[in-house]
Amino acid sequence: MLRYSVRRLLGAIPTLLILVALAFFMIRVAPGGPFDSEKVLLPEIEANLRAAYHLDEPLYQQFGRYLGGLLQGDFGPSFQYRDYDVTELIMAGFPVSLRLGGFAMIFALLVGVTAGSIAALRQNTRTDYTVMSVSMTGISIPNFVMAPMLILFFAVYLGWLPAGGLGDGSPRNLVLPVIALALPQIAYISRLTRGSMIEILRSNFIRTARAQGLPERTILIRHALKPALLPVVSYLGPATAAIITGSVVIEQIFSLPGLGRFFVQGALNRDYTLVMGVVVFYGVLIILFNLLVDLAYAWLDPKVKYS
Amino acid sequence: MSTAVVQTPGEEPGAGRSLWMDAWRTLRRNRAAVVSAVIIAVMAVLVIIGPLFSSYDYDFTDWGNLSIGPSLETGHIFGTDTLGRDLFVRTLFGGRISLMVGVVATLVSLLIGVSYGATAGYVGGRVDHFMMRIVDILYAMPFMFFVILLMVLFGRNIVLIFVAIGAVNWLDMARIVRGQTLTLKHREFVEAAEAQGVSTFAIIRRHIIPNLLGVVAVYVTLTIPQVILVESFLSFLGLGVQEPMTSWGALVKEGAEEMESAVWMLFFPAVFLASTLFCFNFVGDGLRDALDPKDR
Repeated sequence: MLRYSVRRLLGAIPTLLILVALAFFMIRVAPGGPFDSEKVLLPEIEANLRAAYHLDEPLYQQFGRYLGGLLQGDFGPSFQYRDYDVTELIMAGFPVSLRLGGFAMIFALLVGVTAGSIAALRQNTRTDYTVMSVSMTGISIPNFVMAPMLILFFAVYLGWLPAGGLGDGSPRNLVLPVIALALPQIAYISRLTRGSMIEILRSNFIRTARAQGLPERTILIRHALKPALLPVVSYLGPATAAIITGSVVIEQIFSLPGLGRFFVQGALNRDYTLVMGVVVFYGVLIILFNLLVDLAYAWLDPKVKYS
Repeated sequence: MSTAVVQTPGEEPGAGRSLWMDAWRTLRRNRAAVVSAVIIAVMAVLVIIGPLFSSYDYDFTDWGNLSIGPSLETGHIFGTDTLGRDLFVRTLFGGRISLMVGVVATLVSLLIGVSYGATAGYVGGRVDHFMMRIVDILYAMPFMFFVILLMVLFGRNIVLIFVAIGAVNWLDMARIVRGQTLTLKHREFVEAAEAQGVSTFAIIRRHIIPNLLGVVAVYVTLTIPQVILVESFLSFLGLGVQEPMTSWGALVKEGAEEMESAVWMLFFPAVFLASTLFCFNFVGDGLRDALDPKDR
């Protein structure tokens, strides 16, 4: 197990390097520079600026510098917010995004697994069909369509919940964003759970457990649930990526001061270092989380060998 | 021999046809999939010829009717937006862009994915290992962020949207096609072609790829809605197509901004977008049941 983990960790290093290199060189080959503006700068001033940001060095040296900075958690200076480091901006936004995404993930897992299991237990009944068509609807309605509709209904018409912002920081402000972010994931997770649960409930060891006269509750919770959840566990990686991507637009809609909003603003303002910083930060996060999920899967599933 | 090969570009008599007939029969019994396919067809026709029946142009400003609700008297059956542009025509125009992006970008990913996967699977060995390692690495990339980055860096233009989305969406296709190729590789007809000295490239093109069409068809129908979703996501963030052109994502964005005063601006594009995605997903599911023997 330990050897497997170490091998997987080492295997992630080239992936991380390629991620950083892609982001870095994509920005450098793009037309236009960070100091393009309507006001034409004096050549001396521009040269000074370029030197201050190390843009006058050869590319490989800049890349080395950027990598070295990353290893120390330094994402470089922001080109737009001149007084801030990208690291400071990321650290300011990330807690909000983490709270939003974390709640959404937990909510999606709880509801998705429950709905999927119920549908599997009542296979081919009206309950099953209802759950499955609701989940198909959830997959087909993008979260940026769902979010304004939730705001319109619960905030504007009914006035139950705030329409946006963090307000005084109470959890009420996160209810709608979390729901909007979690809905598509609930749909996927419930479909996955239903499929694997149906398969597991037909398997021999469940029949044996029934034959031994174990109560249905015990059979489900002690024996069926764990193997049925394996596909859900392996879906956690893509789910995290989807929630992170979704949070970009959800934070924008609900004007939450998270990382995704920085990303969009940075993109629209052409703040290259900030955009690159967020890509690298989230990329590393996703890669590491995928690694964790793989390790968890190997640990949970006795059939996987750590070779 | 060469004449026999030339006669079969894409479909072969006998075995191939019966698979498709089988699939057709299963698919026809799936009422949801059939209805969805019909709706998609109607949507496509509507999007292409619909604007011809309206007296308004997609960028025409009707100064007398700024931001009015749906009404038959003014001829704005979906109402107008805040600039007085007819929402019916704009929704259909947006649909043109969204559907076109969906189809073209899917074709791009199809082309890359099928040739990449078929090559890796058929050649095998070290080449396969290396090619699939690249796919694994690309898989781990946060591709949405890269698409956004691309749009920001190189400016918004529609060709770039196709290429960017297509270029990052081929990974699934490559994996599936490779797996399928591995199982085809040792079938008798491929061995026969090898024995006759047909070149590797010709075997891939004439024997492997035509036999992959079933699986590929399933994933094409499932990729189109994904691509439409990505495009509308970009447009929603203000990074997609440029004004006065529009797409469903851009319309939803405008609608979301005005929903408190002009709810129809959100309602119509949202319904068109969601129902298209819904139908594509249903057809894809139905096709998978019909064509993918694994899921039977």
